[in-house]
Amino acid sequence: MELVSYDWWTQFFRWLHVISGIMWIGHLWYFNFTQTPTMPKIPAELRPAIVRYILPEALFWFRWGAMATLITGLILAWLNGYLVNALKLGIGDHNGKFTAIGFGMWIGAIMWFNVWFLIWPNQKKVMGVVPASPEEVNAARRTAGLTSRVNTMLSVPLLYAMVFAAHFY
Amino acid sequence: MESLLNSLSATIIAGLVLTVILVFVIHAIAA
Repeated sequence: MELVSYDWWTQFFRWLHVISGIMWIGHLWYFNFTQTPTMPKIPAELRPAIVRYILPEALFWFRWGAMATLITGLILAWLNGYLVNALKLGIGDHNGKFTAIGFGMWIGAIMWFNVWFLIWPNQKKVMGVVPASPEEVNAARRTAGLTSRVNTMLSVPLLYAMVFAAHFY
Repeated sequence: MESLLNSLSATIIAGLVLTVILVFVIHAIAA
């Protein structure tokens, strides 16, 4: 018996993928279900505590969770031998698992792009990490907020596609 | 689109609608 087999690595990366995904989507839902709706109710003098202390920490785990989820997901699909089948959405394969996991992968990749190229650069302006005028900060807050909501919307079919692919087929 | 996204409940409903559409698309492609 091999001490470290293919199956062992598959299970290891699946476990890492799920843990990273919870780190990512957990923070996404924290932002959308808890932080954003609560901010207007917080007295103005207390808001800096969220923006200066909670938000940078939450965004750290959020964006690196997204990165780890994407990388471990691609490795997992490669180890499972269906990376290419999934990326082409199982078209021509007549295998629902490839189609389902493929949609999950593409939705996840779009969400990863949104995190790293829309939400994070704009949040840096909101937090003052990157210099910006008050108008630019307002525009950045709006773009980051709307993109975060798009990702929340996409997380619903994403999770369905992932779990459906793993358990239905 | 923006008004839909400004409402959290509307966002979730849109996600559920997308999921139902996705189910049919997956079945159509996989058939």
